[in-house]
Amino acid sequence: MDEEELVEYFKAQMRKNPDMASAVAAIRTLLEFLKRDKGETILGLRENLTWATDCLTGVDSSVAVSSGGELFLRFISLTSLEHQDLSRCKKVMEERGELFLEKISMSRTKVAKLCHTFIKDGTKILTHSYSRVVLRVLEKAAAEKKRFSVYVTESQPDSAGRQMAEALRKLNVPVTVVLDAAVGYVLEKVDLVIIGAEGVVESGGIINKIGTYQMAVCSKAHNKPFYVVAESFKFVRLYPLNQQDVPDKFKYKADTLKTVQNLSEEHPMIDYTPPSLITLLFTDLGVLTPSAVSDELIKLYL
Amino acid sequence: MADGGVTDGPDKNDDVERAKCEGKEMTKEEKQRLRKEKKQQKKSKEKKDDAASQESEKGKKSDGKSSPASQPLPKPTTQKAPSAVPAPAPVPMPASEAPAPADKPAKSKAELKAERRARQEADRASKQGSKKGEVGPQASAGKPKAPPSELQPVVKRLPEHMQVDNPDVLKKLAKKLERQQIPLRLDYGYKVSLFSHLHQYSRKAPLTQQLSIPSTVIHPAIVRLGLQYSQGIVAGSNARSVALLHAFKQVISDYTTPPNEELSRDLVNKLKPYISFLNQCRPLSASMGNAIKYIKKEISNIPSQCKEEEAKRKLLNCIECYINEKIILAAKAIAKYSIEKISDGDVILVYGCSSLVNHILCEAFEKAIKFHVIVVDSRPRLEGREALRRLVQRGISCTYVLISAVSYILPEVSKVFLGAHALLANGYVMSRVGTSQIALVAKAFNVPVLVCCETYKFCDRVQTDSFVSNELDDPDDLIVTRKGKTQLEDWQQVDSLGLLNLVYDVTPPDFVDLVITDLGMIPCTSVPVVLRVKNVDQ
Repeated sequence: MDEEELVEYFKAQMRKNPDMASAVAAIRTLLEFLKRDKGETILGLRENLTWATDCLTGVDSSVAVSSGGELFLRFISLTSLEHQDLSRCKKVMEERGELFLEKISMSRTKVAKLCHTFIKDGTKILTHSYSRVVLRVLEKAAAEKKRFSVYVTESQPDSAGRQMAEALRKLNVPVTVVLDAAVGYVLEKVDLVIIGAEGVVESGGIINKIGTYQMAVCSKAHNKPFYVVAESFKFVRLYPLNQQDVPDKFKYKADTLKTVQNLSEEHPMIDYTPPSLITLLFTDLGVLTPSAVSDELIKLYL
Repeated sequence: MADGGVTDGPDKNDDVERAKCEGKEMTKEEKQRLRKEKKQQKKSKEKKDDAASQESEKGKKSDGKSSPASQPLPKPTTQKAPSAVPAPAPVPMPASEAPAPADKPAKSKAELKAERRARQEADRASKQGSKKGEVGPQASAGKPKAPPSELQPVVKRLPEHMQVDNPDVLKKLAKKLERQQIPLRLDYGYKVSLFSHLHQYSRKAPLTQQLSIPSTVIHPAIVRLGLQYSQGIVAGSNARSVALLHAFKQVISDYTTPPNEELSRDLVNKLKPYISFLNQCRPLSASMGNAIKYIKKEISNIPSQCKEEEAKRKLLNCIECYINEKIILAAKAIAKYSIEKISDGDVILVYGCSSLVNHILCEAFEKAIKFHVIVVDSRPRLEGREALRRLVQRGISCTYVLISAVSYILPEVSKVFLGAHALLANGYVMSRVGTSQIALVAKAFNVPVLVCCETYKFCDRVQTDSFVSNELDDPDDLIVTRKGKTQLEDWQQVDSLGLLNLVYDVTPPDFVDLVITDLGMIPCTSVPVVLRVKNVDQ
């Protein structure tokens, strides 16, 4: 399977199921790649998979794709590969790959189940931009017949917040779209803040759409709880110290990275929120405090 | 003379006396005989003591029946386990109870007075470090410890070096050192009351002056090492650990197993007096403690059928591996991770002289990253000058300031790199005094603080402040002569003046953004996870 086929398959997966996380689509692609791979050695197989992950990050530069790919590779290799026959090894790896995929498909449901209990009747929630996990959580809360209202930020430059508002209106949830600049204004009316994440870093902080850090600082100043909902495949082995420390390859969209020469004139699409501003993280591994994220990462990666 | 002048009792064997005076190590039989004699003396003293304490018990209960002289008696017994001592004291000694009441009225006052006098003598004597009165009060001090420990085996003992103001603990230490034939080092000068529970030694009185020549009890490599520690010639936790391991290699290669002994057991016993000696010269660091634990484990894991030559070779190899893996390769790994965090145009602040941080900066410079270093220094050690020397020699551009200027230069700093002496289990960082100050000011200016520490320095202890356990350096180091005048020359004469020279302090994990270890980059709160993973590995 060469690069074009890979990218085509990935895009097809995204088109088929727009609700799926891009990382899940990437993992499906990698699984397909594994099945079709004609390598002769396990080391060669691993190298090919790494190359494939790099290709996919070239298409969609979000943190989750690279973290998902790395976790996939680790998960399938975390078994005894001492069989004599390469095809038997590959079979084992494929089975584990399917298992991994199954687990992460369930992750959004698990997160929603954990989080919806934190939403009580009469709660006013603030959220940022369009996040499918947050949407799933709010769906579940609405299904439990809870009455709550939502404020969504517009989230420029792509106005993704309006998409979120549309989806919520379909659920009959009262929703208000606010300007990004109005976050401080609206926070006194709000009871809690729920945010998705593109990546969860080793320190327990998160990487998310630009504007999240601002919201976190304001909610800390107002003493409102700041909750993050994220699946476990988004845990990544980065440790940024400040905004500048986040690698450029995550900050901008993939096309921008390829075409633009001077990146300092481009506006970054993501920012980093340090763990001191986050109250709790809801993941399919459970409800974690930011300092527990490092423990989980050590378990996942070491 | 280290061992001369020991008077044990009237029935002391001449051979043992002679052996001690010559400084030779006592043979096993002689040691056993000595132990037996001491036990007998202890028992006789116990009986007397018990009778006296029975007195005090009944005195307390009957209110004023016995003389008020019984009051000072319960004091040393209650120091260890206040609630438990009065109750168990009657219980484990039922035998001595029978004769006691019979003799009680006649002997009580005279006995108590004699006991009190003996105890006062002992206190005075132990404070002057003389060996004469030691055996007597040691025997009586042994007794109050026995009943509490029988009933409370789960009571955690505080280490000796944190209880210097407790005379019982001091007596116990003196007894242990005498048994190992190591001189006791005396505390020097007035101690500030908040730190009176710690040792304070003077550099002008090294322990080695009290050793006899030639001292055959302690290996010369260890004597040299102890001198290097106490005079500050070898300083810095990595340097001290490596020097210790090299000295132990020398000890092991010179070692021969005595007949009828097993190497795995005897060698460990041989190392114990060396460790006490080194502890007396300068308190052991956490990294040295971990290294010693490792060596002891390796020695006791030597199979008994292993030949001596092979065993020695194996041990020397283990030590080499340990130094290589935990110190040298770890430094390389940490440098690799740290270089990712240093970018062009950075202004990095370092404090004091940490061998690891210097290594990282030199490696980063080799990789042609353009950065500027600010070295912060403090009295009285002025270790920053050494760091400055090493960095400037490589060609790194540096600025040198004293710690009082740290809030002035911090707005220009982009990152702070700190070394650590030890990382505690609750995430606190123990490092050179002044480190927590720098971390605090950096936090106030929102400058990221990175601590670099190898995993062999992680220890299981928990500490939240710098008072409980610390090291007090020579107070005379604070005295400075300017323009021919030394103002603090006679500081000992002034009653209300105390000089305090602390060596370590602890930094809370909220001020530290990142810890770089050879396992990777972890937040400060994840230290217990690493300890858990390490224990599983071992």
